[in-house]
This record gives sequence, structure tokens and C-alpha cells, in this order.
Amino acid sequence: MINSDTTILEKSAKHAATSTPVSLARRIGGLSDRAIAWLFITPTIALLLAINIFPLIWAIRLSFTNYRANRPNAVLENVGLQNYHRVLTDSDIWIAMQTTAHFVFWTILLQTLIGFSLAYLIDRKFRGHAFWTTVILIPMMLSPAVVGNFWRFLYQPQIGLFNYIVSYVTGVPPSSFEMLGSVSLAPWSIIIVDTWMWTPYVMLICLAGLRSIPDYIYEAAEVDRASAWRQFWSITIPMALPFIMLAVLFRGIENFKMFDMVMLLTGGGPGSTTEVASITLKREAFESWRTGRASAFAIILFVAVFGLANIYVKALNKVKQR
Amino acid sequence: MSSATSAHSVVEPSATTKRIAGIIVVLYAVITMVPLAWIFMTSFKSPPDSISYPPKVVFTPTLEGYCNLFTTRTRQTPEYIQSLGPPQSICDEITRSRNMVIAGPSNYWPRFTNSMVIAFGSTFLAVFLGTLAAYGFSRFRVPLADDLMFFILSTRMMPPIAVAIPIYLMYRELGLSDTALGMILLYTAVNVSLAVWLLKGFIDEIPREYEEAAMIDGYTRLQAFRKVVLPQATTGIAATAIFCLIFAWNEYAFAVLLTSGSAQTSPPFIPTIIGEGGMDWPAVAAGTTIFLVPILVFTILLRKQLLRGITFGAVRK
Repeated sequence: MINSDTTILEKSAKHAATSTPVSLARRIGGLSDRAIAWLFITPTIALLLAINIFPLIWAIRLSFTNYRANRPNAVLENVGLQNYHRVLTDSDIWIAMQTTAHFVFWTILLQTLIGFSLAYLIDRKFRGHAFWTTVILIPMMLSPAVVGNFWRFLYQPQIGLFNYIVSYVTGVPPSSFEMLGSVSLAPWSIIIVDTWMWTPYVMLICLAGLRSIPDYIYEAAEVDRASAWRQFWSITIPMALPFIMLAVLFRGIENFKMFDMVMLLTGGGPGSTTEVASITLKREAFESWRTGRASAFAIILFVAVFGLANIYVKALNKVKQR
Repeated sequence: MSSATSAHSVVEPSATTKRIAGIIVVLYAVITMVPLAWIFMTSFKSPPDSISYPPKVVFTPTLEGYCNLFTTRTRQTPEYIQSLGPPQSICDEITRSRNMVIAGPSNYWPRFTNSMVIAFGSTFLAVFLGTLAAYGFSRFRVPLADDLMFFILSTRMMPPIAVAIPIYLMYRELGLSDTALGMILLYTAVNVSLAVWLLKGFIDEIPREYEEAAMIDGYTRLQAFRKVVLPQATTGIAATAIFCLIFAWNEYAFAVLLTSGSAQTSPPFIPTIIGEGGMDWPAVAAGTTIFLVPILVFTILLRKQLLRGITFGAVRK
């Protein structure tokens, strides 16, 4: 207290001494809060405008043309909505969307079931649970591309560890099935890797949900003689639900955009059985070089993700309010 | 006292429950670690051991994978190899035993260096910009703050390939294709959204009273920010930086489309490692192991902040 009083005195003395000459430092130091707020926020907004929004506007412009990035000097023609029409009526693109939907559905289902179960078990607080939780979390921190690449090794038909373990357990000869090469198994090989990698993510969020439930609610239920089963369905699940939803929405958005892991595992093959939307987009844009049409497809994907993101942020705020 | 104990035991799981839960979780953790352990083991195998059937769990460890990762080799006649002097290094010896000589360094190290330069550069920028913006949003009444925050977040939701099309064209015009600067700017833009969201959460937790007290003491707003808020936010800034670092380190989609040579990072490079006649799996495994070690270290350092990081600060413990 005394200390601060003296500093106030010092400050006013200093102020009196320096009030006449307005130095540059003082001018910056004395900026109004409003000026500081804008000074602090503007660089970030400017960077995002330059690297995200300007290119987005450029892409919108290109989506109405027949532009091809490998022929930059060709005459640019406006084709109106033709690109959008082509994309939305292209059966290949609809097949890619179905592949994406299949992938998103199964990965979310598996990850939510396994992730929630794991979180529930970890929340039993057995000895050493903190250590084992950290171990379980490791896969989700790794690079999806590098993960995809080394799973390709595990999936090798003759020499791969995965095939060996499956044949050891089931008795099927290890060279009789190809996880990445067969039309029926390839989608599942991707779902397995994604589940291996991202279950910890769902687990971690569910764990936070379970830990947010106060003990006294269970104690009250115990007093009312509610069975363990009843407690689980009427307390645990409803109270952890916003967290589960958050995990599901986030995984949904991420897997909707999935590119790197699938690219490294199957590259969309065999044929186009695992060709998810991002891979189709990459082929259109950087292999067929139909930049205009690819831009139209990209804009359509933007709108879809943006819609999901909107729902996501709303759910996020709901969780925050608790 | 006794009533408190019994009230507690209602929600405390029984010893049997705990034991069963523990066994299942440990089993899951062990199974989930098998692929990583296998990659680590493969990096110390010789190429024939790496593709043997049944897969070899017991093998003689060799550094051949690491040697092959860092070098390029050419095949030579045994007579020529005999005519050479004594081997210069362990790698020299291993290579010669395969009737080859080391021709020069491989591209792995330059790619690894690129990854470090780009990851650290973009992390520094993203955290720097993010801290300023987060402070701005946390402490001042910014018009349309919620919309701006949503805008910042939404830029991270965009599918990378969709963003890459116009970026590819823009970088081609500006001469930023395949440059470290281009990648640093791009990753900064992607990471700054995470940085703003996370850091806003951390700064929100620092009581305003601290700054107000400092300002009464004669600090200007900027001084209070530098000398009061920043030291308080150190943990949050460090955690945010590690998250940005991990993202930039792991990123593949932009890297594979926008870099091809001098600025290429490790993730697009590792899958291209091939040996003579098929994949050189030990070299790939060695490259993967070296690439993953920093991530393992960071994950352990970050374990308390992970939840916050992956939910953009929405969920805190």
C-alpha cells in the first residue's frame, strides 16, 4: 500500500516533468485503449485476409471460368455456372461424397464407442491411470501422412505385421488378403488407421466430460437407491453428452476434409474405392488441371464445412456455458 | 468424519472395478503402441530381416537403415571395393558389405532442416501475432468481436486442398512457390487462428486487477501488457507454441502441393525414400523414428494442456 502510494507520487512528479515535450515513446505508450486494441488485432486479421480470404475470392472468380493452371496464357472465358452444374451432376464426385460419408460415419461411430468406453474406464481412477492416459494419447499427436506411410508397411500382404497378427488369430493365410489392394477391404483399412489414431482424441474430450460431473449428483442418486445402470443412463450419459457432441463434430469436420492419411495409404485406390472428396479435388486441380471446375468443387466443399463449423461453434458455446 | 468417508466411498469405485478397468486400459495402451514399437524395431533391422516371413521379433540390430537414410549409394564390383582403403565409418563398413559404396549424403537431412526452419519460423510468428490479438480480444471491447473470432476460427476449418488451389496460383505469381518464406507465411496463417483462440482463453484467466493495479502504479497499458500480462501468460504461450510447432511439423497437404525441392519438408519426403528394388523399409522406419521423436517429447511436456489445445480452448480441466 505504502509502496504504491509513493509510486503514484513519483508518477505524478514524472508526469509534471515530462508533460511539455511529447516524445515518441510517450506518444506510443499513451495510446488510447481503442488504438491499442486495433494495433494488436489488425496484423492477425490482415494476414488472414491475405493468405485466406484473398485466395478464396480468387477461387470464387476462377470457379466461373474455364481457367487451367497449366495453361496460364490461354484466353480466359467466362462460363457462368457451368462448372457448378458439372460438379453437382458429376457421378464421380457423388461417389466420392458417398465414400467420404461412409468413412466419416464409421470412424466417428467406432471412435465414439471406443473413446467413451476408455474414458469411462480411466475415470475409475485405477492406480497409474495418468501415465497410461498419456501413453494412449500418443498416436493423435503424430503426422497423419507419416502414420499412413508406416501403416502401409504394416498392411503389406506377405510381410506386414497386421496381416501376420490377423492370420495368427483367425488362421487365414496372411497372403490370402490384401488390406490396401482389395476393393472390399481398402475402405476398412483406412477406417482402422483413423480409429487407431483419433480414438484418443475422443477419449480425452469424453474424459473431461465425465470429470465435469459433480460427485454429489451420484451421491444423491445413491440415496434414492438408483441402480448403477440407471445412474449411467440418467446421469453419466446426459451430462457427458455435450462433450461427446463436441468430439463428434470436431472429428466430423476433420474427417470430412481428410486427405493426407488416405493419400499415403491407398492414394484413393484400388480404382477409386477410397477416393474421398479431398483426393478427387486434388486430382481435378493438380492432375487434370481443370482449375476452374476444381475451384467450383472447392467452393462447394467450403460451404459444407462452413455450415458444419457454424454448428460446431454453437455447440462449443453451449459446452462453455456449463 | 465417518459420514464423510462413507459419502466419499459412494462414488469411489470398488477395488475390483478399478483392477478390471486398469487391465483393459493397459491392454488397449499396449496394443496401440505395437505399430510404433514395430517401426522403431524395423529401423534397426537389415533389409532382409525387415521383409522376412514370419515377421522377426528377435533379430541382430544394425544401423543399416539409418546409414541408408542419410546416404546415397552406388553398386560397385567386389574388386573395386577391395582396392579401397579401410572403411571411414560404421556406415562405410555396412555399405561395403552390401557391395556398394557411399556416393554422398541423401536429402533427408536438408528436408529435416527445412521442417525445423519452417516449423519454428511459423510458430514464432503465429504466437507473436496471436498473443497480441488475443490480448486485444480479451481486454478491450472490440466491435463485432464474436464475428471476428468466428472468422478467425473458420479459416482453420477450410479443407487444405481447397485453400491450396488459389495459394498455388498466388505463390506462382509472387515467386513464393517452393520457398521457406512462403511455407512460413502459410503455416502462420493456419496456426494464428489456433493461437488466438487458445491464448484468449489463457489471458482471460489472468485477473484484470493485476494490470489495473499496475496502471494505477503508473504503468502505461503497453507496459502493463509487457511486464504483468506476458509473464503471467508464459505457460499458456509455451503450450500454444508447442501446438503450433506440432501442426507445422506434421503438415502434409500444403507441403506436398506447394513444395517440391528446396523448401520440401519431411512429411512429403519420407514416403519417397526407396531402395534398390522396392521399398527400403528400414530406412523409411529410421526416417520415421527420427521424425517422430520430437513429437513424443512434446506430447509428454504438453500432457496437461492437451485437452485445451485440441478443443481450441473450449474445454479446460
